[in-house]
Amino acid sequence: MLKIAVNEINRLFDAIAAVENLYLPVEKGGEVEFGAYSADAKVRLDALQTVKSAKDMFFPFSENLMKFHVEGKQISVEAAEKVNEEFVVFGVRACDARSFSILDKVFLADPVDTYYAARREHGVVVSMACSRPEETCFCSAFGIDATKPEGDVVTWVADGVLYWEAQTEKGAALTEKVAEVLAESDSAAVEAQQAAVKAIMEKLPLAGLDLSYFTSRPELEIFKRPEWTELSSHCLGCGTCTFVCPTCQCYDVRDFDNGHGIERYRCWDSCMYRDFTMMAHGTNRKTQVERFRQRFMHKLVYNPKNRDGEFGCVGCGRCLKKCPVNMNIVKVAKTLSAGGEQA
Amino acid sequence: MREIKELLVQKINELLDNGTVDRVAGWKAGEFCYDAAPAVFTKENIDELLYNGFCGANQSKFLVNAATTENRILALLKPCDTYSYNQLVKEHRVDPSRVYALGIPCTGMVDVNKIKALGITGITGIEEDGENLKIATIYGDASCKKCDVLLERCMVCKGKNHVAGDEMLIPDEEAPETPSCADRMAEVARLEAMTEEERFNFWREQLSKCIRCNACRNACPACTCRTCVFDNAKSGLAAKVNNTDFEENMFHIIRAFHVAGRCTDCGECSRVCPQNIPLHLLNRKFIKDINEFYGEFQAGADTTTKGPLTSFTKEDCEPSIVMERGE
Repeated sequence: MLKIAVNEINRLFDAIAAVENLYLPVEKGGEVEFGAYSADAKVRLDALQTVKSAKDMFFPFSENLMKFHVEGKQISVEAAEKVNEEFVVFGVRACDARSFSILDKVFLADPVDTYYAARREHGVVVSMACSRPEETCFCSAFGIDATKPEGDVVTWVADGVLYWEAQTEKGAALTEKVAEVLAESDSAAVEAQQAAVKAIMEKLPLAGLDLSYFTSRPELEIFKRPEWTELSSHCLGCGTCTFVCPTCQCYDVRDFDNGHGIERYRCWDSCMYRDFTMMAHGTNRKTQVERFRQRFMHKLVYNPKNRDGEFGCVGCGRCLKKCPVNMNIVKVAKTLSAGGEQA
Repeated sequence: MREIKELLVQKINELLDNGTVDRVAGWKAGEFCYDAAPAVFTKENIDELLYNGFCGANQSKFLVNAATTENRILALLKPCDTYSYNQLVKEHRVDPSRVYALGIPCTGMVDVNKIKALGITGITGIEEDGENLKIATIYGDASCKKCDVLLERCMVCKGKNHVAGDEMLIPDEEAPETPSCADRMAEVARLEAMTEEERFNFWREQLSKCIRCNACRNACPACTCRTCVFDNAKSGLAAKVNNTDFEENMFHIIRAFHVAGRCTDCGECSRVCPQNIPLHLLNRKFIKDINEFYGEFQAGADTTTKGPLTSFTKEDCEPSIVMERGE
């Protein structure tokens, strides 16, 4: 294990930024998001979470796919350049780190999404263990260890020191490049913190969330539960839950007329929107109840059914914090599970 | 609050039992002590109704789609909610004959995000203690001043008087006093005093956070178009992302223009914004200007007065004055 004092952490960031593009949680306008490192960036490693999840680094909110230039009768097409330089995403929490493997199963399955694949190939994930989980956290329900996140490198911040340990070849390669600013260390402080945080994780109100109902009952039975109507009664049909979610993966492809030509881009889409998967004949989900049900059926039923029992949720708790009407996956799961036992 | 809750449940049961209404739009307890989710209740589950210091959500817009049945729905309206309700009635978006509006008292609603922003996290319990809040967390006890963590709209409360309602739970004059922690226009005045460049930078920093989730629009009681121009594929403006800095700026500024003169300053836009963009400041700037140009006006104060931007009088200020101000 290696270490560096937190009050010297800019030496580490500068060392990484000297060899790779570095992205990490930075504060902008009072909120924390993953952003590029610079000397004057307000780095916020203390923030438990960014508003958007770290998926933004691999499957960005919006990205250009191609441009069409029109000159007279000539139309030329210019493909967007894919990411071809190494980059480092620093400070990814355990929940977000797990989300990458969920997204991989979608975007790296045949046919491979080459834009996503390029970012995954060139991106190095430096994760950061949680030292102060909140009441909205429930990653443990998905077997995620918040005290030792996945990632190419895992870091811990304990007592003013950042500890660093490579977990993959990519991580070892990055470690070599920045070795000069890191010192050897034992793991006593890390182990003490892990034990303390694990004790807290067990005390969290959502620690024992049981999702077995969704993998043990027939799909159609869950689909037809009358509770969906009440659960979705106040849903505003906004995209907040889907846009802050680390595992939501739906996107739309659209054209933007910039006045001189067309830019074709893709951006996150939301199954909560009325025009989601709109087709020539209209939409197949005409009411908010149906749209709401689709989102949670996808995460709690279709995902585990099609992906070896893996849920489309990592327990980050962002939807619990951000939903304007306080509806979220935990309430859906608990309501349906409770009624399901009686059925 | 406890006595008010008891009175409220008693009144609701009476209205359900005598057939005035068949359901209630209220709030329901959730996972956490601060979790108050808008929900609909009937006689069967009315025991689950919650009314405490976290019931900030403005219920009036819900009535646009909910108050369409033969049987009336009971709407529980806090004093500030009645302004939105009036405005919706005035715009024929809510039919008051389908609603039984019960005015309920309010002493200010807490914004838990403001408590968390103070570094108080892992919250397991919150109790009012005079002017302070006692907060229990998994990391130990904490406290803060209630005035520091109220919803923005409650910091500048419109007062304890309801401006609409078929009945009041308790007469307004007997209701507890409401908080007043800040000057409503202070932040607008601060922005006005900035140089253009400073002000532009302030808004760029804020608006560039926008993820176009549409929560502001969908929560806004003044935004009730059946199909928003930004969702209408035929408008040429439909988008799920801000494509340029210009779009990023204009989406919110145009939205503020669309609700100018109709916005009651209920603050739902800022309350629901996942990025905490102070959207209410755009609306307040319009309100401040309207007040200065056309005389004091409060949207939603009643259901009949014509708004200053939808009526012409000879006393209206000259357009040139407005233009000059905008330069």
